[in-house]
Amino acid sequence: MAPLHLGDSALVSLLTGLAFGFVLESSGFADSRRIAAQFYLGEMRVLKVMFTALVVAMLIIFLGVQLGYVDYAALWVPPTYIWPGIIGGLLLGTGFIVGGFCPGTSLTSVATLKIDGFFFVGGMLIGTFIFNDLAQSFLLFFQTSGAMGRVTLMDALGVSTGVIAVGIVLITLGSFLLAEKSEAHFGPIRAKALAEAERADKEQP
Amino acid sequence: MNLNWLKRDPEVYWNPYVGGALLGLVLGGAFILAGEGLGGSGGLSRVVAALTDLFAPRYAERNPLIAAWVGGDASPLNHRMVWMALGALIGGFLSGAMRGRVKLETRKGPRITVKQRWVLALLGGIITGFAARLARGCASGQALSGGASLSLGSWLFIIAVFGMGYILAYPLRRLWI
Repeated sequence: MAPLHLGDSALVSLLTGLAFGFVLESSGFADSRRIAAQFYLGEMRVLKVMFTALVVAMLIIFLGVQLGYVDYAALWVPPTYIWPGIIGGLLLGTGFIVGGFCPGTSLTSVATLKIDGFFFVGGMLIGTFIFNDLAQSFLLFFQTSGAMGRVTLMDALGVSTGVIAVGIVLITLGSFLLAEKSEAHFGPIRAKALAEAERADKEQP
Repeated sequence: MNLNWLKRDPEVYWNPYVGGALLGLVLGGAFILAGEGLGGSGGLSRVVAALTDLFAPRYAERNPLIAAWVGGDASPLNHRMVWMALGALIGGFLSGAMRGRVKLETRKGPRITVKQRWVLALLGGIITGFAARLARGCASGQALSGGASLSLGSWLFIIAVFGMGYILAYPLRRLWI
């Protein structure tokens, strides 16, 4: 019965991370330009990779539960802290546009020697320290604001896992249709920006 | 030293749906093996805690945000997320090396200078480091892992991240297009 509780195995974590980093880099996420492009609608790589991954993993988990191989109660479902989560999300979205990465992708950027990736990761170390220091003064907010513990979408919306899963699959497929349309429409702007950026690259020392 | 093993067009990436499906297998696999998903920021949080403990051990032990990690005999670095981040560095390097993408360079939009990009990357990193701690996870630990395991908070987080990205994209377009 899964999970196999190998979380404490350094080797399992290392190999999981290795596969994670390999797939992120192969999908183009060591390049800040390809990530930021998501928000300019001409190249929807982030959406496609993220939501395909989310749906595939969701199906693995919940088909496993359905077949009796996976114990959902033993899986880590990130606990819900409404306001810290939402404000953190808004800030992470800001970091995406300003910095061009999220934490995981910035690691692969460093691994392929992108200098902007080094600055981003350095910034994250500073930002993490700043949080650790400042959060002492809003500890109550951080630990209790909208703190609901383990709440699933099924609990929140009062529907079955099947309905949620099918709903997420349908919304994802719909978003992919829109993404393809968006790329067809905004692709030319994107191609122009990319060509200009590549020309500018050649002038880099 | 040649860090790039195969001569291929470095700008050709995997089809995103294929990459996504493989990422989904890795994520689903992580849940099966460890009972938890993936993480990007968790390892860095541990590194910061270890550095804080190294330079200011008394401060670290009194700071409730990291005290639990630095107290006792175990190093804060001996943690699943640190190994995962290390693995991601190795995996990213291997993938890049196989396609000729390991190259010391700066990636940026066409309308800003290299130095401007560095400052913005640093600033974005600071915001992101703060954000990932506040949200208790990042695009990997919250959005992907919590999204797939159907956590309410993680879905609110996903909406917030993409919402803010799209709100800021146009006013800050000079950075990227």
